[in-house]
Amino acid sequence: MHTNSLYQEVILDHNRKPRNYGKLDCASHHAVGHNPLCGDRLDITLQLEADQINNIAFQGESCAICKASASMMTAAVKGKSRSDAETLIHEFRELAIGKLDINHPHHLGRLTVFSGIRDLPTRVKCAILPWHTLHAALNSIADASTEANNDPVQTVVPGNS
Amino acid sequence: MNPVNASLKSEISSDFDWEKIRADFPILKLKIDGKPLVFLDNAASSQMPQQVIDRLVRYQTTQHANINRAVHYLSEVATLEYHNARCKLQQFINAREDREVIFTSGTTDSINLVMHGYGRKFIKAGDEIILTTLEHHSNIVPWQMLANEKGAKIRVVPINDKGELEVDEYEKLFNERTKFVGLIHVSNALGTINPIKRMIDFAHQHGVPVLIDGAQAAPHMAIDVQALDCDFYTFSAHKLCGPTGVGILYGKATLLEAMQPFKGGGDMIASVTFEKTIYNTIPHKFEAGTPPIAAAIGFGAAVDYLTAIGIENIAAYESTLLDYATECLNAIPGVKIIGTAAEKTAVISFTIDGIHPHDIGTILNQDGIAVRTGHHCAQPVMQRFNVPATSRASFAFYNKKTEVDALVAGIKTVQKVFL
Repeated sequence: MHTNSLYQEVILDHNRKPRNYGKLDCASHHAVGHNPLCGDRLDITLQLEADQINNIAFQGESCAICKASASMMTAAVKGKSRSDAETLIHEFRELAIGKLDINHPHHLGRLTVFSGIRDLPTRVKCAILPWHTLHAALNSIADASTEANNDPVQTVVPGNS
Repeated sequence: MNPVNASLKSEISSDFDWEKIRADFPILKLKIDGKPLVFLDNAASSQMPQQVIDRLVRYQTTQHANINRAVHYLSEVATLEYHNARCKLQQFINAREDREVIFTSGTTDSINLVMHGYGRKFIKAGDEIILTTLEHHSNIVPWQMLANEKGAKIRVVPINDKGELEVDEYEKLFNERTKFVGLIHVSNALGTINPIKRMIDFAHQHGVPVLIDGAQAAPHMAIDVQALDCDFYTFSAHKLCGPTGVGILYGKATLLEAMQPFKGGGDMIASVTFEKTIYNTIPHKFEAGTPPIAAAIGFGAAVDYLTAIGIENIAAYESTLLDYATECLNAIPGVKIIGTAAEKTAVISFTIDGIHPHDIGTILNQDGIAVRTGHHCAQPVMQRFNVPATSRASFAFYNKKTEVDALVAGIKTVQKVFL
């Protein structure tokens, strides 16, 4: 595959100027995501009111793919209900591992720029980490790790950091 | 660069045909996405020349059977060839006797063997084990496991900003509780060559045995275990043009004899009843079960191949590659080399300002360039330099200067993408 198709302008832009970067002072939910294989670390805080994500922020140390994925994710889920966010988490994961048919109806919108990641198995976890961490935050699991389970979005083991 | 390499350099580069040697490696003709493969991940695993591939094929097609067992023709041939491979390794490291060379599954297995065979028998509560900041995880974790089990303590030798061991600090760590030293010969993350002879001598003055992790040294310099007087020396075949799944543990015969077995099973016994088992003599005591016979014979062929070129020639040529690559990378703004020891093998760990190593690796791959990105199984080294990870270009004698140029062009492409 051509890696150029992964490092598209939209991804580079979100890496350069990440949206919703920082930490919410009065977060109702919080989780820290780790990828022990590469040392990436992501901190997600969000405010959930009446099952709606009113505000969300992220910060951390990571590669461009992870940071852009986190930035676009926060933009995508802000204002969405918890169940809409979980749908996006599921669809994004399917996209990253090449299981989503993007010709069928889905809710990912511009997030499909990450479709090229499926051809780079070693980088799939970079793109998924923010989503994995969001899932952990929504379910009040403080720590998330890409190495907790073969199926990271489905299961997390708290404290594996 | 050391003076020996400097004096050899002029002779080597003029009259040695490295292009011809490169042609021995069929995999180097591969194209990745239409671009010629530039393989700069040799510290992780090196490639195999046709001579070694042919030897493996010859073994499997005409010589294979289990060893040390049957009286039939093939078993005798395989046993002999396996033994010959051991003797080639003995000569390669100048061990006193062939029985001091144990075939293992690789360096990690060798270190674990010493931990179980020597450590669990002789290390006690309150004892101290000295390791260094430069160690690969494989020479840290087994000793931590032992320390936890026994109530022993790990002491760590620090490094300076160039990535060199602080030998004075090492010497200060010794006391009457010091019972073992584990020391990496060449850092896999930085390429630093450690002054192991001096450090071994110092440990011996205190009666402390020393294990050398030679995984990154044996492919790049002549190893003489008798001159070094190390107690244990370990390395893997796959980093020296041989197959995966095999390596050696060299140990002084007296130590190996005093140690307890690591794995129990066939071949490692002299006699077995349900009341009592009498262990076999070394090296068999440590080679339970059917060993990687084909891989060991391939290992022997790899050693023959390297010896024919001459390890000194390899060291001198690789040193010219290191000097050239260091100069080229230092000239790129924003690129920082991590590990600038005076004595180095051809390994360059680097960072690029504002760009994560994994992004660097992925974009270099687009140009067919294979480098390693990550913590290189040496997280304490990364912590020392306060970086989560680096990119690492590691060279072998089949690499050439035009591949350094390709790396430089690739790095500039990476920088352009993230401009």
